[in-house]
Amino acid sequence: MPRSESTPTDWPDSPELADRAGGWTAAYVHIPFCSRLCPYCDFAVVTGREGDLDRYLFALGAEIDSEPAWKPLDSVYFGGGTPSLIDPTQLARVLEKLDRQFGLAADVEISLEANPEDWSPAKAVALREAGFTRVSFGAQSFEQRTLISLGRRHRPEQGEEAVASARAAGFRSVNLDLIYGSAGEDLARWTSSVERALGLGLDHLSCYGLTVEPGTALHRRVAAGAPAPDPDIQADQWETANALATDAGLVRYEVSNWARPGHTVRYNLAVWAQADFLGFGLSAHRFRGGIRSHNYRHFDTYLEAATAGVPVAGYEEVSGWDRELERLFLGLRRAAGVISGAGGAALGASPEGARLEEAGVIAFDQDRLRVRRPLLTDAASRAVLALPPP
Amino acid sequence: MAHNLADQMVEQFRIRNFCIIAHIDHGKSTLADRLLEQTGAISARDMREQVLDSMDLERERGITIKAQAVRLHHRGGDGRDYVINLIDTPGHVDFSYEVSRSLAACEGALLLADAAQGVQAQTLANAYLAINAGLEVIPALNKIDLPAADPERVTQELVGILGGSTSEVLALSAKTGEGVPALLDEVVRLVPPPAGDPEAPLRALVFDSYYDPYRGVVCYVRVVDGSLLAGDQIRFMATSESHTADEVGVLTPKAVPMQELGPGEVGYLITGVKEIGRIKVGDTVTHARRPAVQALPGYAEPKPMVFSGLFPTDGDDFERLREALEKLTLNDASLQYEPETSKALGFGFRLGFLGLLHMEIVRERLEREYGLDLVATAPSVAFRVHLTSGELREIRSPQDLPEPDYRTSIDEPYVKAMIITPAEYIGGVMELIQSRRGLEGSMHYLSPERVELTYQVPLSEVVFDFFDVLKSRTKGYASLDYEPSGYRPSDLVKVDVLLNSVPVDAFSSIVHRDKAAAYGKLMTERLRELIPRQLFDIPIQAAIGGRIIARETVKARRKDVLAKCYGGDITRKRKLLERQKEGKKRMKMVGSVEVPQEAFVAALRVDAD
Repeated sequence: MPRSESTPTDWPDSPELADRAGGWTAAYVHIPFCSRLCPYCDFAVVTGREGDLDRYLFALGAEIDSEPAWKPLDSVYFGGGTPSLIDPTQLARVLEKLDRQFGLAADVEISLEANPEDWSPAKAVALREAGFTRVSFGAQSFEQRTLISLGRRHRPEQGEEAVASARAAGFRSVNLDLIYGSAGEDLARWTSSVERALGLGLDHLSCYGLTVEPGTALHRRVAAGAPAPDPDIQADQWETANALATDAGLVRYEVSNWARPGHTVRYNLAVWAQADFLGFGLSAHRFRGGIRSHNYRHFDTYLEAATAGVPVAGYEEVSGWDRELERLFLGLRRAAGVISGAGGAALGASPEGARLEEAGVIAFDQDRLRVRRPLLTDAASRAVLALPPP
Repeated sequence: MAHNLADQMVEQFRIRNFCIIAHIDHGKSTLADRLLEQTGAISARDMREQVLDSMDLERERGITIKAQAVRLHHRGGDGRDYVINLIDTPGHVDFSYEVSRSLAACEGALLLADAAQGVQAQTLANAYLAINAGLEVIPALNKIDLPAADPERVTQELVGILGGSTSEVLALSAKTGEGVPALLDEVVRLVPPPAGDPEAPLRALVFDSYYDPYRGVVCYVRVVDGSLLAGDQIRFMATSESHTADEVGVLTPKAVPMQELGPGEVGYLITGVKEIGRIKVGDTVTHARRPAVQALPGYAEPKPMVFSGLFPTDGDDFERLREALEKLTLNDASLQYEPETSKALGFGFRLGFLGLLHMEIVRERLEREYGLDLVATAPSVAFRVHLTSGELREIRSPQDLPEPDYRTSIDEPYVKAMIITPAEYIGGVMELIQSRRGLEGSMHYLSPERVELTYQVPLSEVVFDFFDVLKSRTKGYASLDYEPSGYRPSDLVKVDVLLNSVPVDAFSSIVHRDKAAAYGKLMTERLRELIPRQLFDIPIQAAIGGRIIARETVKARRKDVLAKCYGGDITRKRKLLERQKEGKKRMKMVGSVEVPQEAFVAALRVDAD
């Protein structure tokens, strides 16, 4: 990619942007409702509980009201579950609550996850009116066979139509999620899927390697003898996606994320920069003042507890050396890398760090530490988390 | 039962010392239980099954690795009361030295054969040992109650081996008790009483010992001449160590202290010695003031035949391993060890074993009784290397083999292997022996159905999976025994295994030139499966000197990354990575290659795939 040495500060992989995100204020809102379970999904989701939507929104509101005041939010992210299942006016009421409690910055980014199958031009317009600026579609693939193997119900064209109507409604950023490595998906099928996605003129692309998570239907299938994703095929698929996205003018800024300049996701950048962030809803996590806490994951328990004002199921203090290692562990997922600091110095001085450097996995460049081979990020992460305090 | 003999010295003519020679699973332990019950030594209610096999390991494997002695009381056919000492013998080929010491404590032996399976090679070998030691051998069939029993055929086999007439072969069922009452009468009638000199200076054979954490070393002794009294000042003739006999006694099977053990008697001796290794099994006990001139024959330094390096998985366990070995050698005079350093495995010991089973037992005991996690290197034998300087050097580890420029030839130990097999499997057995470089074969029909084959075979070929393959080719019916038969020159080469061009000493092996390629292929293929993919390609090579004879590659890992790590994932993903990191701690670094402990164990296992 042709780039001058002076990287623009809004370039997706610029260190300046990555580090600046540490000062942002971000909030996550979890919408757990889904029309059906996807076989690979291990998120906190519920099906058939739409009748409890009002109770859930009430609990969310109670949570927001009881959160101590903060600065105006730079970013709000509605994840799921399937936020696009919910009526936009109801999502708007949650946004109003957030605005009342914390305020929303003038250039706030408000993002939601959506499924192509329950998207429509009218919904797009309504969500824009509610204040949403960014939408992320769980397209997963543009190959019918792959969609079936992933247990998805929409047709490839619905992904295309969703992007078009989002554009028409005036969303500032449009993202697609794709999943690579499902059973029977070879490199050719994946390539065609990525090309079709990029042909839509996306602002942002996320490509996730299919992962067999414990407790999922996919896990049970694999345990029963179905083929597990092949890491070598997945590596080829990632490299293909990276090349195609780069050719299309997107810049990789994290292991699984590519964006046009100006279209990186603020909420995620804040998390990777170890910024404080808020979280509301079922199983939501937050990090504030060095304390990471999480809500109940069981739906009925959460409803009851949140309504009573005590949704938090557990917390941990992240401080001292632990916090330093976590800063590296999170920051190393970014293309911009991380300021080396004490943890980076310890890694550089460790035998494992030397091996990683020699293998070209990590590199020290002045005050920064970067992962040069993103597909081997975990090798670096494990080495970081093994570092003893100095 | 004759209580009047329970706690006092007994005249020699009332003593019979005998042992049972039997193949594994031919019912020796069950018969011993019946004898203990019948003589009232232990009540049926208290009977723990197979009392004599007291160690867990023995009970599990159905074998006896420790000789013990039990004093039984029996009223003979002549109406007199007798003391009969039943001395246990190990059944396995690895323990022929222990067998010979047990035999030396006896005047008679019961040769017990399974009436269905017939005489087995080890039984035959031990029977020959007993005959050569001048023991009265009483043939007996066991398991005559089995539907598959063929008493006629097996009786013929026994007579063919021992001579005599078919009417002299006893027929027993240790399980049902049939024939057992008559057995002790026959022992009294046929086994000669001891004939020691009561007036001569004390000579007592230490035929076994064990370490008791409270009492120290407990020796099993057979008094040959003179008498051993509690409180005597005694001397061990081989080690020249002097001690006090703190306690002497007999086992009924409970330990019963006695004032005195007279000539012909069998019992135990406690001297207060705590330090391991100071009492040698096979040694002769005499009096310090009036010592015997000549020790009893039969003492020999145990001669290990198979060698292997043992390394603690955790380098910090080295001292614990040393202490465990010190304790083990108390019970096991045949176990030898010396420190060894491996580039791949760190600090450990090179151990000498009597055979493969012995090696397995020692390893299991170290892991089970001492809680050690160990890596063992490939078993090796002791080679003799002719150096260009004219010197002959014995080496017990492939690492010690001098470079080709410094040696002219290598000799390797051979054994005389005796195999008894049903005649229908002769072809397969001979094929196996030939593939293992067997020489100078001979064949002898024990009966029309069963054949004894005798061959000269390199020990290195026998100590690997020979026995397992033999068993599988004969549906389990063949049996094997072997004895050392000297050294012969062989065309041997050292095969090294290199990981990423670094030789891994633990995987080196000295093998016949014709087998080098197969060994190299086997090891490189196994290691390719066992070594996890890493950050770079890892070539695995087998080489003779600088010549590569086999090669495999572990391809570099290409993808090792979590798909997602967002706000809600951090704790869980971090814990996942930390768990994986813990797994890495169990890796050994070989050069820059991480090798899991299990890979050493699995790559070096002797059984074929």
